[in-house]
Amino acid sequence: MNPLVLLEQVAVRSGPVSILTSVSIHLEPGTSLGIAGANGVGKTTALRVCATLQRISAGRGAVLGADLGTAASLAKRARIGLSGHEPAAIGELTLAENLELVAKLSDRPSAWVVEALAKVGLDRAADRRVDRCSHGMRRRLDLARLLLTEPDLLLLDEAQAGLDPPAVAVIGKLVADVKSRGGGAVLVSHDEAALRAVCDRVVTMRVGEIP
Amino acid sequence: MTASFWRQSVAIASRDLMVEGRTREVMLIALPFGAVALFLAPFAFGLELALLATVGPPLYWVVGLLFGMQITYRSTATESGPWSDLLALLGVDPAARFTGRALASALLITGFLGVLAAVMVGLYSPGAMPPIPGMILTVVLFSAGLAMLGSIASDITIGLRTRTLLAPLLVAPLAAPLLIAANSLWRSLAQETGILTWALILFCIDLVLAVSGVLSARPLMEATR
Repeated sequence: MNPLVLLEQVAVRSGPVSILTSVSIHLEPGTSLGIAGANGVGKTTALRVCATLQRISAGRGAVLGADLGTAASLAKRARIGLSGHEPAAIGELTLAENLELVAKLSDRPSAWVVEALAKVGLDRAADRRVDRCSHGMRRRLDLARLLLTEPDLLLLDEAQAGLDPPAVAVIGKLVADVKSRGGGAVLVSHDEAALRAVCDRVVTMRVGEIP
Repeated sequence: MTASFWRQSVAIASRDLMVEGRTREVMLIALPFGAVALFLAPFAFGLELALLATVGPPLYWVVGLLFGMQITYRSTATESGPWSDLLALLGVDPAARFTGRALASALLITGFLGVLAAVMVGLYSPGAMPPIPGMILTVVLFSAGLAMLGSIASDITIGLRTRTLLAPLLVAPLAAPLLIAANSLWRSLAQETGILTWALILFCIDLVLAVSGVLSARPLMEATR
């Protein structure tokens, strides 16, 4: 079976600045991987490479069986779910409207929106505008979106930060769900203990490197 | 699982219109300032009625162009950062993004120009005005062109620190043909001379912009990552 993510000595440069020098990641279906490391070592960039959102300068990689940088890898994007540092939502719309928009764009039934909001404990705040919600609520909204879209490859960036224990439990459930569907998850965090609680395997990232 | 092109386009357009419905930036910012610009211009030209009747319509198109650009930038401002990544990961076709954004902007600019036309007629009393259907046709074609042009310029400059400076510099010269064609079509309609040439030119400009926008949407999105 093809690995979900296969990066071999991947490097990323931004102009003269080297962000990743050599990153190798191997994620098998049905497993989860944690990447621990201090701030600024390149964890987010590595995650964006896995999401096909960051071009690589050297090395080779494949995500969901498609080589990075090819049209085939772009076609796999709809099977990838990413929760980044900043939750992806439109401030002027309500929590429910944001998810309804995601449902329309990804061709999911609108009925799933209510269910997803309930699962993350936001059902009572469904009509609140996102720009009037706390950071924790916005992060929960991101989790609700991932529940709604059911990706095969789940990518979470510092997902536990700013969340209360029930929301952290949702992350554990999300990871378990994606694994049970034959997918996989990559989580990055500076908090190694939090990663170990959720992931099958944890690797440590040094500046720009995962050996 | 991804939605069809048109479903995605309509969803993106609805989003932009809902955001405008909440912020009312077109109604509360662009419209009052546009009207004020039209109100102040006669003081600079001199209050000579014959002159004002002549300069009114061209001035209307210039003000419409400048504030119309602002409207397109506003609607594309939500498309940067995490939201842009999300759209990519939902499998949204970049061409559908372009189409939806341009559609919403075109509707907003059309509404803006409709109200501004009434202000212009009231202030400048231009002698001959085009028939209403002709006015609507010109406004719709102009709005569509400006919306698509603004959307393309936004895609080119997205993520750049100098975006707010570069985008108008890109749009202004490229919008000149739109401005000339719209003003000439309106004049031809008012004077009841042949309108086909200018209507066709305006339509062709829109067509070129639509094709360019759809074809360049994905390369531009990937290039700016």
